[in-house]
Amino acid sequence: MAEEFLRIDKLVKSFGGIPVVKGVDLGFNKGEFVSLLGPSGCGKTTILRMIAGFERPDSGRIVVEGNDIAHLQPNQRKIGMVFQAYALFPNMNVAENVGFGLKIAGMPRPQREARVEEMLKLIGLSGYDKRFPFELSGGQQQRVALARALAPSPRMLLLDEPLSALDAKIRVSLREQIREIQRELGITTVFVTHDQEEALSISDRIVVLNAGSVEQFGQPFEIYNRPQTKFVATFVGQLNTLNATVANAGQKTVTVGGATVTIPSLPATLRDGEAVALTMRPEAVSLADGATRDIVLDGKVAEVHFLGSVIRLKVDLGDNAISLDTFNDQRTPPPPHGAPVRIGIASSDVLVLGN
Amino acid sequence: MKQGKLWSWVIFILGALYFLVPLYATFDFSLHIRRDHLSFDAYANVLNDPRFQAAFSYSLIIGAAAIVVGLLLVVPAAYYVRLRAPHLRPIIEFITLLPLIIPAIILVFGYIRMYNTSSLIPLLGTNFGSDVLLTLAYVALALPYMYRAVDTGLRTIDVQTLTEAANILGANQATIIARVIFPNIIVAVLSGAFLTLAIVIGEFTIASLLNRQVFGVYMQNVGANRAYEPSALAVISFVITWGAMGMIQLLARFAPKTARLD
Ligand SMILES: Nc1ncnc2c1ncn2[C@@H]1O[C@H](COP(=O)(O)OP(=O)(O)OP(=O)(O)O)[C@@H](O)[C@H]1O
Ligand SMILES: [Mg+2]
Repeated sequence: MAEEFLRIDKLVKSFGGIPVVKGVDLGFNKGEFVSLLGPSGCGKTTILRMIAGFERPDSGRIVVEGNDIAHLQPNQRKIGMVFQAYALFPNMNVAENVGFGLKIAGMPRPQREARVEEMLKLIGLSGYDKRFPFELSGGQQQRVALARALAPSPRMLLLDEPLSALDAKIRVSLREQIREIQRELGITTVFVTHDQEEALSISDRIVVLNAGSVEQFGQPFEIYNRPQTKFVATFVGQLNTLNATVANAGQKTVTVGGATVTIPSLPATLRDGEAVALTMRPEAVSLADGATRDIVLDGKVAEVHFLGSVIRLKVDLGDNAISLDTFNDQRTPPPPHGAPVRIGIASSDVLVLGN
Repeated sequence: MKQGKLWSWVIFILGALYFLVPLYATFDFSLHIRRDHLSFDAYANVLNDPRFQAAFSYSLIIGAAAIVVGLLLVVPAAYYVRLRAPHLRPIIEFITLLPLIIPAIILVFGYIRMYNTSSLIPLLGTNFGSDVLLTLAYVALALPYMYRAVDTGLRTIDVQTLTEAANILGANQATIIARVIFPNIIVAVLSGAFLTLAIVIGEFTIASLLNRQVFGVYMQNVGANRAYEPSALAVISFVITWGAMGMIQLLARFAPKTARLD
């Protein structure tokens, strides 16, 4: 593998004696779009601010292209940043905002104007150069903030929940636009969010953080389908839990709902007769049994949520309850409330999670 | 409800009369310099007096100097307190209030002791030194108002995020204050400036004891020797002070609009 663009080593930070970032190790590749995902207060912003230079790590290193950047002030780091609160300069119009970094760098006026023009075109706001921030919508302001951050051609782009102040529709379209621009420029990007859908949809890789530590670092597909910890499995996406009992740990069999089935992912550390929680995504459960769905359970429909293209059913299995997703079928309505149903799960889709 | 409204009007009118009657009386008196008819001759006498012109322009110059020095001191100080040392705010606020607590007469005696011709820093030995001292004294007198005006301006903007946004774009501290912070608090800064000017125009004690011919001292001299002109002067100084206050109100309308979050 090529040398990492950004290397974070044993990064530690506390505020007033309370540890907030607890030994984080990460390596990002050049041109990669990485999301820091985690619940509120897990230290996402703090990590980002240490990369930007606004906070000083207690210990650990941040290395960019082989050089430790600890001694550099934020204005020497050549990093672009977009803030949650837009933070456009209210006294400057759009062109002056976007050109600010270029002016500071001493770029002569003609080149500066050309570059500002180019950036406004990139974000789809050509012709808005004379507007002031208060004359723009939130989404437009955030695009200007993006253009301002990118104009001086930084070597890295940091975004701290740039979409969280926007309404849902704009949030989705703007995140796609950000990703498109990022691809076009090939700029290494760190994107902070607490929205798992946002992270899954636009990232090359996701860092899942919990209480100041990295829980898992991987591609969205891996994070979602092969969560390594219970935290990741529950924080990212929906998860069902079935209570089962280990029948024979050596043969990886468990009893669930009166039947004995083989679970390939059953850890060898379990003992016979021990209780075990089997987890699976709603889309791994179906209303049909069949050759690949070797776990078959009977229950009653408890809730029906029609979500459009997908229907989410909650099925009561007596001692367990399970959510399952089926695609909408124009010819067959979903089973009504209280109807008896049989559900099938492929044992290979079952996850057995430690803590 | 109705009763309460009536009483508030009564109190308001009494208060207004308390202010306006003496003002009107002064104005009326100033028009009676000629026995037979009303005239503005007292005003003409004052405005044509070269000593008035000298004293008034001197006051304006010292006022402008006090504004510049005050801003250079207060803007960075208030900015740093907000950004890096919010825990120091109560202390700083207390310090800026001291000029209101310590009478000017004590301040000026302190100055005379510290800076007289036989002291280590004999500022009072030269005219220029005295001017400098007077300016600094006015900076101190205006400090409570200047600091509060600037601090209020800083409260209307997100100082930290704007600072960080400019910083990561390559700007250093001086650039951030000059190009990002200052322009966004300009209205607050100007209101602090006009307050300073109003204080300087009306000040007498310090200037008199430092032997500086400011507007207030001129007013006192005229008051001792003439009958009608002091009233005219009082009205003039009142108009100037209120003009400065009116400017503050007017400027507030031109405040840069803060961007909206939606
Ligand atoms: N300057 C500071 N002083 C004291 N505590 C701080 C400071 N900055 C952050 N913290 C604390 O550190 C913890 C992590 O904060 P951080 O802002 O990194 O969380 P986050 O993951 O970005 O959360 P959110 O999703 O709410 O933005 C929080 O408990 C916060 O209160
Ligand atoms: Mg945060």
